[in-house]
Amino acid sequence: MSRPDVELALALAANTPIPRDADGPVFAEPWQAQAFALVVALQNKGVFTAQEWAEALGAEIREAVAAGGCKDGSDYYERWCEALEHLLIAKGLASHDGVDARAAAWERAAEATPHGKPILLENDPER
Amino acid sequence: MSGHDHHHHHDHEHDNHFTPIEARVRALESLMVEKGYVDPAALDVIIDTYETKVGPRNGARVVAKAWSDPAYAARLKQDATAAIAELGYTGRQGEHMVSVWNTPDEHNMVVCTLCSCYPWSVLGLPPVWYKSPPYRSRAVIDPRGVLAEFGVTLPEAKRIRVWDSTAEIRYLVIPERPAGTEGWSEERLADLVTRDAMIGTGLARQPAEVAA
Repeated sequence: MSRPDVELALALAANTPIPRDADGPVFAEPWQAQAFALVVALQNKGVFTAQEWAEALGAEIREAVAAGGCKDGSDYYERWCEALEHLLIAKGLASHDGVDARAAAWERAAEATPHGKPILLENDPER
Repeated sequence: MSGHDHHHHHDHEHDNHFTPIEARVRALESLMVEKGYVDPAALDVIIDTYETKVGPRNGARVVAKAWSDPAYAARLKQDATAAIAELGYTGRQGEHMVSVWNTPDEHNMVVCTLCSCYPWSVLGLPPVWYKSPPYRSRAVIDPRGVLAEFGVTLPEAKRIRVWDSTAEIRYLVIPERPAGTEGWSEERLADLVTRDAMIGTGLARQPAEVAA
C-alpha cells in the first residue's frame, strides 16, 4: 500500500514529537487521524508546503510549552488543529469566526442525528 | 418513537455527539472540501492507510484471551461489557458490548451506518465503506454475496447472522480460532485478529499469513 504521507511524517518527526511507532504515526482517537489526513491532503494539493506546515506546528507547540502545557505530548493533535486553523487563516482561506460557526453547526447536527443515520451538516436544525 | 412529546427536545435520547475538537476537525474539513482544496475520497484513502494505527484496538486482545482461557470466554459470552472491562478497557460512552461467536455452523457479521455507535476503542478505525448506506442494506439482504466480495466464501451450509448495532448495543464478533495455533501465546494469537474479523467481514488470519 502506498504511503503518500510517509515523507511528511518523517519531516515532521524530525522537528516535532509526532506520536508514532516503528511504522509511522499512531492515533489515540479517530479525529486525530482525520486531522492528520487533512493536513496531508492540503499539502498534496499545494495549499501549503511541508516547510510551512512544520513551522506552523512548531510555533504552536513552542507557544503551548511556553504557556506551561504540552509537557507529555498528549495534546499534540489539539496543537495540530490549532496550527492548521491559524495557517489557513494566515492564507486567507478561513476565518476564526467562520470555523467557530461551522464547528457549532456540526455539534448541533450531531445532536440532531438519530442512531442509524450518518451525521450530516444538513441535519443542523439551525441551518 | 411516535411523537407525543416531540416538542420536548431534551426528552429525546441523543444518540450522537461530537466533542468540541471532533466538531472543529469536521469544520475545517468541510470548509476545505467546499473550497475544493480537499477531495473527501482522497482523505478516506489516507485515513484508511492507518486502519491499524488508530485507538488502542483492545478487541484483538479480548479475542485472543477468549481463545486461550475458557473461563474468560464464558464470562465474555455472559457479559461482554464486564469481560472487556476486566482487561482494563472501558468504552468512552459506557457502551454496552455484546459478543457474538462464530462456530463451524454459523458466521456473524455486524452492520452499522456509523453514527457514533462504532466501538473504535475496541475495534480500531472503521473501514470507509462501512458507513455507506448501500453496504448496510446489501449486507442485510445478501450477506453471503457481500462476504464473497470481501473474498470470504463460506460453505453453503453455514448460517450467516447479521447484527445491526443499536444506540445502546455494539457487537464484537469472536472469530473461530485458526487451526495450527495450539500453544500460542495470547500476544501471538492477537496478531491473527483483524478488525475485519471482529466485524465479521473477514476471518481470523491463518498462521501462515503472519509467518515472520
